[in-house]
Amino acid sequence: MNEDLDMLEQSALNDYKYGFVTNIDTDTIPKGLNEGVITLISKKKNEPDWMLAWRLKAYAYWLKLEEPNWANIKHPPISYQDIIYYAAPKQKEQLSSLDEVDPELLKTFEKLGISLNEQKRLTGVAVDVVMDSVSIATSFKEQLSEIGVIFCSISEAIQKHPELVKKYLGSVVPMTDNYFAALNAAVFTDGSFCYIPKGVRCPMELSTYFRINAENSGQFERTLIIAEEGSYMSYLEGCTAPMRDENQLHAAVVELIAMEKAEIKYSTVQNWYPGDKEGNGGIYNFVTKRGICQGDYAKISWTQVETGSAITWKYPSVILKGDYSIGEFYSVAFTNHHQQADTGTKMIHLGKHTRSRIVAKGISAGQSQNSYRGLVRTAKGAINARNYSQCDSLLLGDKCGAHTFPYIEVKNKTAIIEHEATTSKIGEDQLFYCRQRGIDGEAAVALIVNGFAKEVMNQLPMEFAIEAQKLLAISMEGSVG
Amino acid sequence: MMLSIKNIHANIEGKAILKGINLDIKAGEVHAIMGPNGSGKSTLAAVLAGREEYEVTEGTISFLDKNLLDLSIEDRARAGLFLAFQYPVEIPGVSTTNFIKAAVNEKRKYNGQEPLDALAFLKVMKEKMAMVEIDQSLLSRSINEGFSGGEKKRNEIFQMAMLEPKLAILDETDSGLDIDALRIVANGINQLRNEHRAILLITHYQRLLDYIQPDYVHVLYNGRIVKSGSKELALELEEKGYDFITDETDLTAKA
Ligand SMILES: Nc1ncnc2c1ncn2[C@@H]1O[C@H](COP(=O)(O)OP(=O)(O)OP(=O)(O)O)[C@@H](O)[C@H]1O
Ligand SMILES: [Mg+2]
Repeated sequence: MNEDLDMLEQSALNDYKYGFVTNIDTDTIPKGLNEGVITLISKKKNEPDWMLAWRLKAYAYWLKLEEPNWANIKHPPISYQDIIYYAAPKQKEQLSSLDEVDPELLKTFEKLGISLNEQKRLTGVAVDVVMDSVSIATSFKEQLSEIGVIFCSISEAIQKHPELVKKYLGSVVPMTDNYFAALNAAVFTDGSFCYIPKGVRCPMELSTYFRINAENSGQFERTLIIAEEGSYMSYLEGCTAPMRDENQLHAAVVELIAMEKAEIKYSTVQNWYPGDKEGNGGIYNFVTKRGICQGDYAKISWTQVETGSAITWKYPSVILKGDYSIGEFYSVAFTNHHQQADTGTKMIHLGKHTRSRIVAKGISAGQSQNSYRGLVRTAKGAINARNYSQCDSLLLGDKCGAHTFPYIEVKNKTAIIEHEATTSKIGEDQLFYCRQRGIDGEAAVALIVNGFAKEVMNQLPMEFAIEAQKLLAISMEGSVG
Repeated sequence: MMLSIKNIHANIEGKAILKGINLDIKAGEVHAIMGPNGSGKSTLAAVLAGREEYEVTEGTISFLDKNLLDLSIEDRARAGLFLAFQYPVEIPGVSTTNFIKAAVNEKRKYNGQEPLDALAFLKVMKEKMAMVEIDQSLLSRSINEGFSGGEKKRNEIFQMAMLEPKLAILDETDSGLDIDALRIVANGINQLRNEHRAILLITHYQRLLDYIQPDYVHVLYNGRIVKSGSKELALELEEKGYDFITDETDLTAKA
């Protein structure tokens, strides 16, 4: 019994494979946050006045707020004055082609498995790469623009498509939404922008790869995706960071807008540095992600595989405004060592006949704490709204915790809400069964965990599903005695 | 000698369950172990397979000239020891085919063989599926999840066929099978019976032994083998129940 438990704990020891630092000159501004810093960021990005005004307004609002403390997480106070709010790898101002990207950066991303070279890349994926505070390169831009798809960094969008940015920025996650959203609105530096015109089915996956490199810096990215009537797009984000002893803050905002009959599929493989075995270092990941099904029959689907970060605080949500619109949330959250995750979703049913589905799988190992927090709300007018939620927790070992906090608010009698929850320990019986067939303990744990997470993994685009599966296996890797 | 068990004592949670088991099995032999509920049959199987909850306090076991008690659970399996479980567990989300493929390739690796590619694996699978009359659709489902009792047992024998063990321990594989399934499973086992392989059958019922004729029958009672004999012993037990042996044993124990 005890030997088996040890083995489980052993197998939960992992090595973070993306923890290296790129040596590149970085343009940074001094630590600290004030109006001057925000003005400086805006200036560095050559932004129009309305953008700066928006940032300053958010900052003024943020100053009035208190950090939220309702999540099931613990951390020392974050010192917002000790963070560098802008850090950019130095490179030529205007890149006319991808060939001009600094070779050191190209090497970094090759090492991370991201090829910026369009010829070498899988043809089905266009990628925008963001390092620290800036977007480095975006591939397949031209091909996409031929069919009217805009895919670029948000900084570029502010310059080239101000009317779209002005119209939609903050329309789903207002700057006043919460503490971290307000902070992001004030200091966001880069992120991706996607616009899919009416009736266009985006022919390739659009993806953004976020990398934190600089020391003492925070990353505050902002992503805005607009899918016009009858369009379809699938988007993927991935992220990594070097191993450092201090904690680094990542506070992002993602907004999705799906018009009538449009569909957005948003997948995340989150692998920020989780900290070491003792719980030193790691990324604090405070993220606000929300989509709105603006039109009838719109559909937004979130899929996330969360394996990284010291702390994850994140609730990708859907506002189901259009009648017959659909919201989905599929999540696998794996926590190990001293990681803490408080993650889930909000499904806000406003329109008639709206449907939502939540499948959340939490896996806890080591001394980690893993919480699911979800809200399902049906408004008065949401006639015949339906929700199905399923939250399953799997415990590896007996020093970790799994928690479920489902909130249900029903203001309409015709709504049907179903909630199922299970907690299981990885069974000694299951392990013994596998090992009796010659499958060693470590492989058996990976097999069982992948089986547990399968329903969610199946939602990921094929190639990413394989990557995510490997990632999950690596996260659990360790020596078995 | 394929398996040689000498004076095995084993505890679980401090409680003595096996109290001096002796048993020798040669390649090609089929031994049946019978005995009342709770006498320690499954415990013996678990100790042989290496389940860590059971503490072996005394005795030795050699398997294919190796000290079995020194081997890990997985190495025992890879070396050719197979246990068909009395209660096979469910593993949600793990397809039966993938599971068996992983097991087969682990064993091949242990024996210095290349893994089977998808095509070769499929070919072997088709062949063995016919042997135990198991349906393809069952194998694409999560392992044992929602399988009926009989389907679980049949799946165990299918795995045995795929893994071609040297020593197969079948713990009440006949329980819960309907008449047709019993015949099919017994048929499968008989086809797997050969001069290089030994089988240890744990059962409560003569009806299995009508199909699979054992070379020896042993009665396990209160952690010891209290009687051994030929296949006729099973018929005698069927007729008289365990009392005639257990009473005798209890009397000797008291004396
Ligand atoms: N985990 C455990 N803790 C305490 N006692 C146990 C445990 N596992 C088994 N036992 C006890 O060990 C004894 C032998 O059990 P075992 O399962 O080996 O019997 P069996 O002969 O296989 O019975 P059956 O014919 O019912 O399958 C029983 O009294 C049982 O209650
Ligand atoms: Mg038993």
